[in-house]
Amino acid sequence: MNAEVNAPSAPEKKEFWRWQETAWIDETKDWRKAKILTCGIDVGSVSSQAVLVADGELYGFNSMRTGNNSPDSARNALQGAMDKCGMKLEDIHYVVGTGYGRVNVPFAHKAITEIACHARGANYMGGNKVRTILDMGGQDCKAIHCDDKGKVTNFLMNDKCAAGTGRGMEVISDLMQIPIAELGPRSFDVAEEPEAVSSVCVVFAKSEALALLKAGYTKNKVIAAYCQAMAERVVSLLERIGVEEGFFITGGIAKNPGVVKRIEKLLGIKAIDTKIDSQIAGALGAALFGYTLMQKQGAKA
Amino acid sequence: MITAGIDMGSRSVKVVLLDGDKVKKAHLMLPGELDADQAAEKAYDDALAAAGLKRSDVKAVFATGAGRKQVAFASEGITEMTAGAKGANFMFPNCRTVVDVGAEEGRGIKTDAEGRATDFAGNEKCAAGAGSFAEAMSRALQLTLKEFGDASLKSDKTIPMNAQCTVFAESEVVSLIHSATPKEDIAKAVLDAVASRVCAMVRRVGIEGEVVLIGGMVHNDGFVQSLKTAMDVDSISLPEMPEYISALGCALIAAERQH
Amino acid sequence: MIANYGYKDGSGEYYISIDTDKCIACAVGRACLDACPKQMFEVITDDYDDEVIWVKKPNCRTLAYDCADCKPASGYTAAALPCVAACTPGAIKHSW
Repeated sequence: MNAEVNAPSAPEKKEFWRWQETAWIDETKDWRKAKILTCGIDVGSVSSQAVLVADGELYGFNSMRTGNNSPDSARNALQGAMDKCGMKLEDIHYVVGTGYGRVNVPFAHKAITEIACHARGANYMGGNKVRTILDMGGQDCKAIHCDDKGKVTNFLMNDKCAAGTGRGMEVISDLMQIPIAELGPRSFDVAEEPEAVSSVCVVFAKSEALALLKAGYTKNKVIAAYCQAMAERVVSLLERIGVEEGFFITGGIAKNPGVVKRIEKLLGIKAIDTKIDSQIAGALGAALFGYTLMQKQGAKA
Repeated sequence: MITAGIDMGSRSVKVVLLDGDKVKKAHLMLPGELDADQAAEKAYDDALAAAGLKRSDVKAVFATGAGRKQVAFASEGITEMTAGAKGANFMFPNCRTVVDVGAEEGRGIKTDAEGRATDFAGNEKCAAGAGSFAEAMSRALQLTLKEFGDASLKSDKTIPMNAQCTVFAESEVVSLIHSATPKEDIAKAVLDAVASRVCAMVRRVGIEGEVVLIGGMVHNDGFVQSLKTAMDVDSISLPEMPEYISALGCALIAAERQH
Repeated sequence: MIANYGYKDGSGEYYISIDTDKCIACAVGRACLDACPKQMFEVITDDYDDEVIWVKKPNCRTLAYDCADCKPASGYTAAALPCVAACTPGAIKHSW
């Protein structure tokens, strides 16, 4: 039996999988001058984000780990963002919830699926030439096609299996005892690119990874084999709907160059760059949906 | 005439030495630090030594299992389906449906009266329909797989598991533990989940005649019970030494082909 | 919109795709709802406020098992699956 499992409450246990929580506010703008303030809240299985949009432009966000229940996670995510700029819930005109816990956002006016929100968010982040979106979330993976307005034309999602999800990456980070943010860079620090481990099952990939370590592979080489497996896995998922020019990656794994570069190589296509945090795409899309709805209401009034 | 069957499973190497239609020696080895090819050599030599035989005494060696290509000294490799059907039919001549659940693989095999596999459905590349699912969950409960199975027999609750994937199910089990669900109920929920997946595979080939369960999960009484319920059959036949059935089938086929 | 419901795992790829453009103004009175022996389809209002059919959430992770009774092992051909046959506008397709 695994020693770690025998001592689950060991106080010194490091959480290598734990990624950085972030918050950001656009200091060049003043939300008090905005006519319409909307908010998008994405309560995912692993992370929760709140995004503030002022007059249709990204104003600020907060991204944190999802807690034990969705309403609290939603509240905490939003509070973190509002605290940074002295905003109150009453100041926000419209809140849209999305993600796995979207129906449990108590103060949301509407819930929209993460598929539609990711497409809308990617359209803002990567521009209107984005046509194919790959979202690698904590516990699912989505492939989406959209038009120039960010409206979904084709999608598929896989939340049955951990292969090709952020969770799979957390498993390897824990197994290798390497912080998750270092996995990508380390995967390129190898003398030669190894073959991928099993790309179909995280459990089997894990036992293969252990066997490779035993066989004398360096940790970096094992990580490279794992990143390659992850890339192969999501590419095979993308193939079902096809990849069009204007490729964009959202979700936490977009921050792992070890997977992204390998996906680009397999597809022979480069992903569109963005300066905006890839994890907020869903919440950003939700906030933008809210903005459109407010505009429509205003037009009616 | 002596023949040998070697089953290179994902976790262990199984060797059966067959003398006519009598098992002379059955030997199981965990490869540990060894490579697959070295493990095969060592397991085979250990089995021969224990039986007081030399390699030259053996007429033919056939191999099966995921790593069958690593057995350099085997004259032929056969699939797990062919080997499993043959072995199960040898133990239970009326067997028409074989359910094979090992550490990393689960499959349903349909066989004819001669023990030839006529159809199969498998789940080789997903841990959810195999023993490793139960193993991972028993680890979360800090029980051995045997204790885990026994615990499940003490529960009469049916808790559906939402997660289909082993990795996601681990967190589901952890949250069940945190909500103070008795471990007996959790164990049953997990084994019911594996059984329902295995059963769905077997249903794809159809359930008929005597049902025989082979592979390491036979040792898990809780699983056998869950499988019986899921398949809705009165009885499931359990061979002695269930983990050797594929190696046995392999040795039997090796003997057949010498005629 | 083409909406694919299902999953891919080690054993294969299992998706039911629904072409919502053909589904919005259903010409056959949502015949799929009753055609499916497992009652897996459901009418929803999607994100763009269109009324369409989707596959119920829990079934999306167990399609290979849920659909087993309608597959060739039980004597069906791909074109004669109850849901596909009921949807004469041709909005429903199975990937496997």
